[in-house]
Amino acid sequence: MAQVFPRSANWASKASILAALLIVASILGVVLNINRIDYVSMVGVAIDQPVHFSHKHHVTGMGIDCRYCHTTVEVSAFAGVPPTETCMTCHSQIWTEAPILEPVRASFRDNKAIEWNRVHDLPDFVYFNHSIHVSQGIGCQSCHGQVDQMPLMMKAHTLNMEWCLDCHRDPAQFIRPRDQVFNMNYEYPANQETLGKSLVADYDVQTSQLTNCSICHR
Amino acid sequence: MLASSGCELRQAMYNQEKYEPLEASAFFDDGLSFRNQVTGTVARGQMMLDTHYYQGMVDGQLASTLPVTVSQELLERGQERFNIFCSPCHDQTGSGNGMIVKRGLKQPPSFHQQRLRDIPVGHFYDVITNGFGVMYSYASRIPVEDRWAIAAYIKVLQLSQNVEFDQLPAEDQRQLQ
Ligand code: HEC
Ligand code: HEC
Ligand code: HEC
Ligand code: HEC
Ligand code: HEC
Ligand code: HEC
Repeated sequence: MAQVFPRSANWASKASILAALLIVASILGVVLNINRIDYVSMVGVAIDQPVHFSHKHHVTGMGIDCRYCHTTVEVSAFAGVPPTETCMTCHSQIWTEAPILEPVRASFRDNKAIEWNRVHDLPDFVYFNHSIHVSQGIGCQSCHGQVDQMPLMMKAHTLNMEWCLDCHRDPAQFIRPRDQVFNMNYEYPANQETLGKSLVADYDVQTSQLTNCSICHR
Repeated sequence: MLASSGCELRQAMYNQEKYEPLEASAFFDDGLSFRNQVTGTVARGQMMLDTHYYQGMVDGQLASTLPVTVSQELLERGQERFNIFCSPCHDQTGSGNGMIVKRGLKQPPSFHQQRLRDIPVGHFYDVITNGFGVMYSYASRIPVEDRWAIAAYIKVLQLSQNVEFDQLPAEDQRQLQ
């Protein structure tokens, strides 16, 4: 029987095997790295909320401290989202007719919590704790970015494991004096490398354990 | 098929059958997974028998002394908490011209008027705990210990704004002359 494919077709078939492998590899590459693409991990994407609460307006415009609303951030794992009562300490008197605040008033009247959409949400198999970070000199800004400039809340970082580890391997890059944790405009000094190292020592940060799996997966 | 079952497994681990703090619940009528304490019950540690400490009252009168020891630390804590929770309206000096007042909130009285300078320290504890007029209570946001720290700090603020000339350090006296 006559040969269907000429000898030169060997080349084409080898090339197509290679191409198929490349395609599979790149699909895998996309799938495995998809969480690193900002849009997929929602970095920098403002999340819509039942009330258009603006951190920019309340924090920068009026100088309200994070702890006025996120009262448990220094003492518990959970920073906490303020109850409607907190809004009403001011909004029982300010902009009492504004339609934009109607959901807040309704929530207070009917004693029904406002259902804020979560912006940061780690998988349930990861353990995270605010109080240790705050008490060891890690600023809100290091993890949440310029909250004071956000009209609507958005993520500033992916919050994936690689990101946590980048700091846990060497916290001296990001650590700051404790009294600067809530400062949204802190500027790292030129000698951060030396200052960071001495703060890590002063605050007795246990750098040797910080990359153990069991720290975050307990 | 394979891919989708993989995703479901993944989702199950990402969002496990447990409530995180403040997560919504479909089980309870009010939609809260966090259960409020049942009215009329007293949990451990909630027996507030010490009226001086918990209510700012001694023998049915506003306490004129602090139930905690005054220290530099207590006052610094008081200053920090005052600046977080009170200064938006009362401003950092306590004169009642905070940022929120400038945006239309009722102006609170200055802490430096005679009536409030003469009032027992228990009054400040009481106002933080129970609110006053249009001012809301801060009991759910400020723990008891911190309320006393703030009350003590307000007393210090009052003194600082009303120093007699001959009580000033010599250096300041010279500058004023
Ligand atoms: C006047 C009250 C108020 C103040 C002050 C405030 N926040 Fe918030 N914060 C809220 C409310 C309400 C939400 C929930 C709605 C939203 O996500 O915007 C929130 C949400 C957040 C979230 C996202 C929560 C999530 O869903 O993942 C972060 C992070 C945050 N705040 C950080 C801060 C920081 C940092 C500061 C201080 C610079 C601050 N907040 C000051 C009221 C406040
Ligand atoms: C310490 C006082 C204070 C608290 C607490 C507070 N607000 Fe406000 N808020 C204000 C003031 C004052 C304004 C009006 C600002 C102006 O006049 O420019 C305002 C404006 C607003 C507006 C409309 C204007 C805008 O774009 O920001 C919304 C919406 C709002 N607040 C939501 C909330 C919610 C929700 C909460 C509770 C999580 C809250 N506020 C807590 C003082 C407060
Ligand atoms: C080391 C990084 C880090 C620092 C520092 C940090 N946060 Fe967070 N924050 C997170 C992560 C991660 C989450 C998501 C937690 C989860 O899903 O369980 C989060 C969630 C939140 C939330 C949503 C409610 C909650 O607790 O899940 C608020 C509000 C918040 N942070 C406020 C703050 C404030 C205010 C500060 C500064 C005092 C701060 N955070 C400092 C990483 C950080
Ligand atoms: C910007 C730096 C930074 C980032 C980002 C960060 N951490 Fe940390 N983390 C620290 C420091 C510093 C400590 C304190 C360690 C100590 O004092 O021993 C710490 C401690 C912890 C602890 C407590 C360790 C213990 O001994 O109990 C946990 C849990 C933790 N981090 C989880 C996380 C997770 C999960 C993430 C990512 C979502 C994260 N951290 C992101 C700096 C960081
Ligand atoms: C500093 C905290 C931290 C440490 C230490 C840590 N992890 Fe993680 N890990 C995370 C976070 C955060 C995620 C979730 C990332 C995400 O949202 O996809 C995660 C996710 C994972 C996942 C799931 C990945 C996926 O694609 O769903 C595995 C598996 C894992 N970690 C294994 C480990 C192992 C093994 C170690 C020890 C060598 C370790 N982790 C140490 C924070 C940590
Ligand atoms: C949202 C604004 C606001 C905040 C924040 C606030 N107050 Fe007030 N406060 C007021 C207003 C308004 C009044 C006047 C109430 C009235 O006369 O109806 C007042 C009145 C007072 C009085 C005077 C009571 C009297 O005898 O006349 C004291 C004392 C006081 N506040 C203490 C505090 C302390 C301490 C804090 C912080 C823990 C605080 N306030 C936080 C608005 C505020």
